Amino acid sequence: MTSQAKLNTFSRLKVPLPTLNLAFALALFLPMLGISLFLLLWSATAPRIDTSLGAFPGPGQVFDQAKTLIAEHQQERAKEVGFYQRQSDRNAARLVTDPGYDAKVRPYTGKPTFIDQIGTSLVTVIAGFVLASAIAIPLGIFMGLSQRLNQSLNPIVQILKPVSPLAWLPLVTMVVSAVYVSDDPYFQKSFITSLITVSLCSLWPTLLNTAVGVANIEPDLLNVSKVLRLSTWTHIRKIVLPASIPMMFTGLRLSMGTAWMVLIAAEMLAQNPGLGKFVWDEFQNGSSNSLARIIVAVLTIGFVGYCLDRIMLLIQHRVNWDKNSQVR
Amino acid sequence: MSKPHLELSAIGMEFPTQTGSFCALDNVNLKIAQGEFISLIGHSGCGKSTVLNIVAGLYQASTGAALLDNREVNEPGPERAVVFQNHSLLPWLTAYQNVELAVNQVFTRTMSKTEKKDWIEHNLALVHMTHAVHKRPGELSGGMKQRVGIARALAMQPQVLLMDEPFGALDALTRAHLQDSLMEIQAQLGNTVIMITHDVDEAVLLSDRIVMMTNGPAATVGEILNVDLERPRSRLALADDPIYNRYRSEVLRFLYEKQKKVADITEAKLATVTTKSKRDVA
Repeated sequence: MTSQAKLNTFSRLKVPLPTLNLAFALALFLPMLGISLFLLLWSATAPRIDTSLGAFPGPGQVFDQAKTLIAEHQQERAKEVGFYQRQSDRNAARLVTDPGYDAKVRPYTGKPTFIDQIGTSLVTVIAGFVLASAIAIPLGIFMGLSQRLNQSLNPIVQILKPVSPLAWLPLVTMVVSAVYVSDDPYFQKSFITSLITVSLCSLWPTLLNTAVGVANIEPDLLNVSKVLRLSTWTHIRKIVLPASIPMMFTGLRLSMGTAWMVLIAAEMLAQNPGLGKFVWDEFQNGSSNSLARIIVAVLTIGFVGYCLDRIMLLIQHRVNWDKNSQVR
Repeated sequence: MSKPHLELSAIGMEFPTQTGSFCALDNVNLKIAQGEFISLIGHSGCGKSTVLNIVAGLYQASTGAALLDNREVNEPGPERAVVFQNHSLLPWLTAYQNVELAVNQVFTRTMSKTEKKDWIEHNLALVHMTHAVHKRPGELSGGMKQRVGIARALAMQPQVLLMDEPFGALDALTRAHLQDSLMEIQAQLGNTVIMITHDVDEAVLLSDRIVMMTNGPAATVGEILNVDLERPRSRLALADDPIYNRYRSEVLRFLYEKQKKVADITEAKLATVTTKSKRDVA
């Protein structure tokens, strides 16, 4: 700007600042309004629904249960610390009297708390997602590169894609029990079962999006590769991979969402420790607090799912070379 | 011209379509000497790009062949570098890295690391892009992108430089700048160049010979015009030059009198080629 003074006067007279503030205030206020309305509606309707476990819990009870769950977790942790403390004290005392004693450390076997369950679920979903991506990305690249491979695999993919995790689970359970046999298993069978189920259900979006991304690389870029006589490996590394990253990540985000949804269902049935099992246990438990605790789990599941999606978005933004592309 | 550097010998090209095969080129013959600058000019759809793609090795001619130093061209390779119409730089690499990809590929063993770096920088300097070496294509203007595209092609040290309407997508001023740069570079390096163009002025200003192609289907070489103007050429001095203007009007006459586009031919052809990509007929 040539004249700073002019700009200033103008900016003082009719600045977009008030409107900017308004927009900011609205961006803050509207979501709050939405949430408040939702809570209001919830607390108004909840007491009217009578279940066999008492009235449907309102926001207040759910909040109380959330606090209880955290408190239970802290108690459990304190107990665990105490247990190990007592154990090492005992071992030390015994060693004094009997130097030849071979001190054993026994692990704490308290029941997993809600927070532990979240941790287990996260580990399972990430493992399943990584396994799914490790299969889907390379396979997707080859399907995108080769029309023939695509034609031969596409029918199978299209048929397996819509299968519900609940249908896979019995099969996966039986196969895992039959195949994964070991005296001292590093992973629990239930973990392997949920992990495979999650992978089976979540690899399709990544697979298909990667294949489409690779198949639709600009022909000019492929010509560049031909003129340079890039080897297949260099071609994949330098041209195909970067060119298909935007589509690949669209697929990966969808896969992550699916993986998280599938996991909860799989955990419920496979009895793999995790949020799904927590919900199932509370449902079977049937105390007057069960419904509120299940709602805490539901909200947690939603929130974790949201966070996972945001993390994927963040990674996508980091990796994507096309900063102008619309990423939502 | 006893021994041509590059020879197009009785090239014919047929594309299969749903309604039978479409003959795009028929009996295209052309001999090009080392260091010559050739322009291919003709109406849209006359098969200029097809000729270029055959020389590049991206297409296989149905009949006849392109011979480079008496050896048949049957696959693409860096000795016949292509400058594409829309630059086709890899958008995730910087200008430097785009040229580097080509240099690493062509001079894998023959150059040391520092030699490669110097060579990349030298080629970017040649097209006056030293100031934006580490920018990605998204941050460059259309003209700058095309400059990098040319640098990438030159860095392969090609025997023949193939340019497919390299300046077609640029505004007139940028185009003039790049034409001047190209003339400068060609004077310096003496590359053999085949350039497709729609622009009559561009053809006369840059070329040693202008190859005018007849309308398709079954397009072939119509006339060849020798442009006998002294180099270095200056667009300002030539603007009023009677010889220059005579060449110009000769090309115009070929395009707008002898090869006037007939409407029904165009439509018939469009109907047969709709299934093919645009590049095939451009």
